[in-house]
Amino acid sequence: MLLRHTPKEVIERNALTINPAKTCQPIGAMYAALGIHRCFPHSHGSQGCCAYHRSTLTRHYKEPIMAGTSSFTEGASVFGGQANLVQALDNIYTIYKPDIVAVHTTCLSETIGDDIPQIVSKAQESGKIPEGKYIVYASTPSYVGSHITGFANMVSGIIQGFANQSERVIENRINIIPGWVEPSDMAEIRRMMSLMRAKYIMVPDTSDVLDAPLTGRHEFYPKGGTTIKELQSLGESSMTLALGHFTSVPGAETLRRLADVPYEFQDIPIGISATDRFLMAASHATGAEISESLETERGQLVDMISDMQQYLYGKSVAIYGDPDQLIGLTEFLLDLDMHPKYIISGSAGKVFTKRINALMEKYGKEAIVKNGPQADMFYLHQLIKNEKVDLLIGNTYGKYMARDEDIPFLRYGFPILDRVGHSYFPSVGYKGAMYMLKNILDLFLDRKDRDAPEESFELVM
Amino acid sequence: MNNKGIPIPEIIKDNIMSKYPAKVAKKRSKSMVINDPVASIEIQANVRTIPGIITQRGCSYAGCKGVVLGPTRDIVNLTHGPIGCGFYSWLTRRNQTQPGPDGENYMPYCFSTDMQDENIVFGGEKKLKEAIQEAYDIFHPKAISIFSTCPVGLIGDDIHSVAVEMKEKFGDCNVFGFSCEGYKGVSQSAGHHIANNQLFKHLVGNDDTNTGGKFRINLLGEYNIGGDAFLLEKMFEDLGITLVATFSGNSSVTQFERSHTADLNCIMCHRSINYVAEMMEEKYGIPWLKVNFIGAESTAKSLRKIASFFRDDELSANVEKMITEKMAIVKEQLKEIYPRTENKTAMLFVGGSRAHHYQDLFKELGMKILAAGYEFAHRDDYEGREVLPTIKVDADSRNIEEIKVEKDPAKYKERLSPEEKASLESQGLQFNNYDGMMKEMDPKSFVIDDISHWESEELIKTLKPDIFCAGIKEKYVIQKSGVPLFQMHSYDYGGPFAGFEGAVNFYKEIDRRVNTKVWGLMQAPWKKEASISASLIKAS
Repeated sequence: MLLRHTPKEVIERNALTINPAKTCQPIGAMYAALGIHRCFPHSHGSQGCCAYHRSTLTRHYKEPIMAGTSSFTEGASVFGGQANLVQALDNIYTIYKPDIVAVHTTCLSETIGDDIPQIVSKAQESGKIPEGKYIVYASTPSYVGSHITGFANMVSGIIQGFANQSERVIENRINIIPGWVEPSDMAEIRRMMSLMRAKYIMVPDTSDVLDAPLTGRHEFYPKGGTTIKELQSLGESSMTLALGHFTSVPGAETLRRLADVPYEFQDIPIGISATDRFLMAASHATGAEISESLETERGQLVDMISDMQQYLYGKSVAIYGDPDQLIGLTEFLLDLDMHPKYIISGSAGKVFTKRINALMEKYGKEAIVKNGPQADMFYLHQLIKNEKVDLLIGNTYGKYMARDEDIPFLRYGFPILDRVGHSYFPSVGYKGAMYMLKNILDLFLDRKDRDAPEESFELVM
Repeated sequence: MNNKGIPIPEIIKDNIMSKYPAKVAKKRSKSMVINDPVASIEIQANVRTIPGIITQRGCSYAGCKGVVLGPTRDIVNLTHGPIGCGFYSWLTRRNQTQPGPDGENYMPYCFSTDMQDENIVFGGEKKLKEAIQEAYDIFHPKAISIFSTCPVGLIGDDIHSVAVEMKEKFGDCNVFGFSCEGYKGVSQSAGHHIANNQLFKHLVGNDDTNTGGKFRINLLGEYNIGGDAFLLEKMFEDLGITLVATFSGNSSVTQFERSHTADLNCIMCHRSINYVAEMMEEKYGIPWLKVNFIGAESTAKSLRKIASFFRDDELSANVEKMITEKMAIVKEQLKEIYPRTENKTAMLFVGGSRAHHYQDLFKELGMKILAAGYEFAHRDDYEGREVLPTIKVDADSRNIEEIKVEKDPAKYKERLSPEEKASLESQGLQFNNYDGMMKEMDPKSFVIDDISHWESEELIKTLKPDIFCAGIKEKYVIQKSGVPLFQMHSYDYGGPFAGFEGAVNFYKEIDRRVNTKVWGLMQAPWKKEASISASLIKAS
């Protein structure tokens, strides 16, 4: 047994987190900044933070993650990190020549109270930021929120750095904040929008950045990412679609505050119902019609569900991960007649339990939902030990539970460290739902093929 | 270029430096050396990283919790801090372990106090105590260790007092702490030192049980990445050598506690663990030898060193027999691979010893090392321990505690009389010695400490190595340029590579890396066609 010390009996914990279902803010800030074209993420703290974040993102994407650090020493921790950051900016602009540097803080620089706006203006005064180059920043202390918060804060920081109040409104053009989703998901959102011939700006956008081709040339700044021109135009859009309460609403709110752009909240379009709502919202906001091709894709998805419904009905599932994803996933599983029974997220926020409980009520199901402190994978494992489920869905760390308890396991969320595909095959939209459904069915049917007695081993399924 | 078309190293270096701001160029220039194995050239190492340069380095916490303590299975390693540090160091270093006879193995778990803003404002000691209590109540482990992250040191939580209090309270569980905040020192190296100190203070020497055996050794600085330690354990067993403790691959608390009963310390990774060896010699009289089990020839050499230390004919005969048998197999396997790897080129930028040790394996494959360097080493790892007296202790190193160690009146035992030691030395056995990397590298090859992204990119462009060895952060950056990168921290999820069997595994691995067809697929055929037709049009 891999997790041999996990007891079935649940003892309440108040201080100890075991096998967390979240990580810290700065990594989310780094990911968000990578979705801006020619942007260089910079971690203001000890160099270990940057090393850990780059390593984890690299393992997840199997792509270069280029970022810098202020490399705090004990001296900087005592006297403040101003000198380190000013020097870092000088080096970054001189050596790596980005158009934008996106600075995020860490628990170290936040604890000592480094004032980033003040340091940035100091850098500007001393000419360390070349003409025509930009700098954006976000406060991302690791002891507040989670990686999700860090993503949302950096999106807000980027918007804050560029949003302009505009007299001009470009009718029928919208902004989309896609939430913390994969490059493949961002590309899928773009594909759906272009099928509808809808006008939009997406921020951030990691497609064509973290799914770059192998050509024999390392492009420090790959071709993708939201451009400066687009960022400067955000204030001219007629509205913002914020996909995901936790990851996207804060950015949309920032833009509303600074540039008077109204926003509408929608779930990340995971599964059939959320995709329906997303497309209708996008259609209403842009005046673009939902294309026939998308309707066909929807029909194909429904067809696939109806063809294989018998293998899905009533199957119980344990899911863990990030709140915006889990809300979408829960609804999708319920639409598939499955039963998400344990739903765990390390990221805090009352909206999460409220949304999940509302879904459960709507579909007439019950679930154990926990998020925030001690909502960890150790607790989830204990729940499973008390009553097993048919399927486990979550990031790579779930493989230890899945093997110990012999449960089919679908890798989903962040980080996925041991499989590829998530950068290229989406989980949003009807296509994404079909891909996810195919993976779920493969798991169930492979298991059936593995376990069936010889006499009832099936050829056709 | 010189007249043979080979780029001149001095020019490459000048080009690299020319992109840096003047002050940066001046500093980096001292860390980038064109090697002369005979003349002793000084290299700048273990100095502050330049902010914003894109370094390979990590932090003190990573060196302490991740590297040195991470591989020990029966300690509950509790990270005191916000959630990230514990999360990122959770199972990511590939230290393999067997659960051992008592079945205790906490390595698949991540324990954290997950500090929140109120803990930063009002202090985190209360939460830490509660977390330790909860860990004790659920798991009843032999030991709980606490690792401080950056904010802990800044807000002044006294983890060591908490540890003492909880240890006394439990009575049957050793609790101790590591002040390894990420800002300490200039790299992981500070964390190694802190880990060494606390291991020595809290574990080594606690249990005098001698489990017997004629030839009793400890293996230091072997972390069982990819199962290296398993192969070495088996090798020692076959030779009748008793491995008392490994620091710290496939290790347990009990092993550490009994490690002072060994008669010889063998150091693999000099950088991360030499402190423990020095302190054990001082306190318990255990001499140490530098060994290297990476590379078949190096393994043979190291085994002979150990045998000559014990001055036992039977052991020596067994060692020679093993070397003869194993080398025959190794050579047979190498014969088939060698023509495909001969004259290929490699660069190694990693760690604090691997960039040196693995050169031996590449040389066995007939490959040439164009450039190498460490991520967090000190000058002695490059130039040899003879430079130790000349290394200036700067502010960043001074902050790391140096433990004063004295002879233990009861437990000190002289393993060799001065005459015996002198006699062994006269036969060529060098105690307390490490020659470093540079003496074994070719003239005019590059030696670079704490290489930056820009520097590695330029080296690749100008020297076009057939393989580049570094870590996960560098992996796909280098591979996008069409050069295979072999991860030398994690072995690219393969291994083991230590000892004789490991050497053969490595030959096969490198053969695959440098001879795969994938790099030939990079260009789409129509692009090739286009360039041919373009030149045809031009010609006509």
